[in-house]
Amino acid sequence: MFSYCADPSTLESFRWLSCYLTTGVHMSFYKSFLLVLALLAVTAPVALSFGFLGAMSARSHIAPVSWLGKGYIAIVRGVPDIAFFLFFVIALDQSFELIKHNVVCPDWTDPIRQGNDFLVCPQAKVPLGSSPEYVHQLYGFMLAVITFAIVFGAFAANVLFGGMRAVPHAQLETAEAYGMTRRQIFWRILVPQMWVYALPGLSNLWMVLIKATPLLFLLGIEDIVYWARELGGTKTSKFSAYPHPDWRMWYFLFLLVFYLSFTKVSEVVLERLMRRLNKGQATAGGEALRKEAAA
Amino acid sequence: MKTCAQTISDYAFRSLGYGERLLPRSDFTLCEQFTLIGSGMIWNIYFGVIALCTGFFFAVALAMGKNSATWAYRRPSELFIFVFRGSPLFIQFFFAYFLFLSLKKNYDFFDPLTSAWLGAVIVLFCNTAAYSAEIFYGALRSIPKGDIEAADAYGMTGWPRFRRIIFPTMMRLAWPAYTNEAIFLFHATALVFFSAFPARGQKGDALYYASYFADKTFNPFVPYPILAFYFILLTLVVIWVFGITNRRLNKHLPQAATAKLRVRPNLIR
Repeated sequence: MFSYCADPSTLESFRWLSCYLTTGVHMSFYKSFLLVLALLAVTAPVALSFGFLGAMSARSHIAPVSWLGKGYIAIVRGVPDIAFFLFFVIALDQSFELIKHNVVCPDWTDPIRQGNDFLVCPQAKVPLGSSPEYVHQLYGFMLAVITFAIVFGAFAANVLFGGMRAVPHAQLETAEAYGMTRRQIFWRILVPQMWVYALPGLSNLWMVLIKATPLLFLLGIEDIVYWARELGGTKTSKFSAYPHPDWRMWYFLFLLVFYLSFTKVSEVVLERLMRRLNKGQATAGGEALRKEAAA
Repeated sequence: MKTCAQTISDYAFRSLGYGERLLPRSDFTLCEQFTLIGSGMIWNIYFGVIALCTGFFFAVALAMGKNSATWAYRRPSELFIFVFRGSPLFIQFFFAYFLFLSLKKNYDFFDPLTSAWLGAVIVLFCNTAAYSAEIFYGALRSIPKGDIEAADAYGMTGWPRFRRIIFPTMMRLAWPAYTNEAIFLFHATALVFFSAFPARGQKGDALYYASYFADKTFNPFVPYPILAFYFILLTLVVIWVFGITNRRLNKHLPQAATAKLRVRPNLIR
């Protein structure tokens, strides 16, 4: 990075550190933070829409649809989420390959599960064995996003379902009296009003989502945990220009601080959002704001 | 071909290192998967129970500290709660493990800390203490003003007032949320062997064996549902035990006023 970095072994501590922290692998480490942010940016809206669909179907008057929605909410909550992460990555991968297999090579006769192996025809591999490295990485990332969205969608569904039930019933009855159809009531009355009731739960969920991002590591993605372990491990002078003892503790301390500040910032922002949404609402929060303004 | 009884006697305590040393390698039967994953549950229960029982007392102390008017008690409690609630448990495990590792390098005394039975329990203890403390603090703040005024009117102060008035009311108010925290903690124990703590001699928890089978058979549709079955069973037991305590805590109140125990497990920390 800097011109004086040519021979690190001669540098004194501060300059050595500045060179060490700007090596190529450290740049990959910093990039993986962007990966975490990207995951959050993609997952949050997808999970929210999954949650919305789940809550909608749980409210449905058609029994099987409502069971489906309620079952979705219930099952993900009863089991450790980490088990779901490990499960969905293989399960999704296999089901994609199976679907593609049935489309691409319908005249394949060998069984797909042979003892301990899962074999589809070579053309049905997802992604293809011949595709470049970045496609594999992108595919891994996509699987992670879907997994996160499914698991967090169930939690969001739970929160939104509660929010929908918290909207005062008189509001819906009034709409009915005006002759609105069920669909109109849902979209024009219920949905706009439910957010203020759902927001505390959703902001809690956002915090939980932030704190779940290190689990990307378990899905085989080169995320911040992966790099912290790689970079922190003992380096001898034989293999690296920057030999150092086991520094993994310090790398993880850095990650700890990163997450702490991230959750702190989110907390402050969500607090502001809550104040804004509460304005003029007939809730305890809105009442507190009114009193504050009057005083 | 071994019978199922034979498998159970071989592997029932495999997670603790007793019985057959080698894990099954091929032709996995359902019985083997059920036995080994069940054997791994011993660890999950161990982590959960120890962390809950010890963390409870620390959590009460932290909640009282956070509620204290004295700066010297309040600030450290707030900081502790913030650090453990604001960061992912997964990262806490990693950090703690590497911290213990470097301590061990300098002093042999710290050797047991790097194995899961002590090191992971310490992390879980701090974590559950922080989460429960926040719950207890919330309950402490919502104790009816009248209760405390009544205690004052009877001339109760200090320890008797805490033991007979504040503590029971706080528990009663916090119990439903604390039940969720307990469920949540048992789920979190599944993280231990997937963070840094090594499963020496393949002595792992339930998820460790489930993922062992999933890796070997490349078929996630058998071991993970078995794991889910065990965890749902564990969750039901926790709800049952905490429900009994909840009834005991609310025994003297009119039945209509008793808060129903609502189970809303949250997820990862």
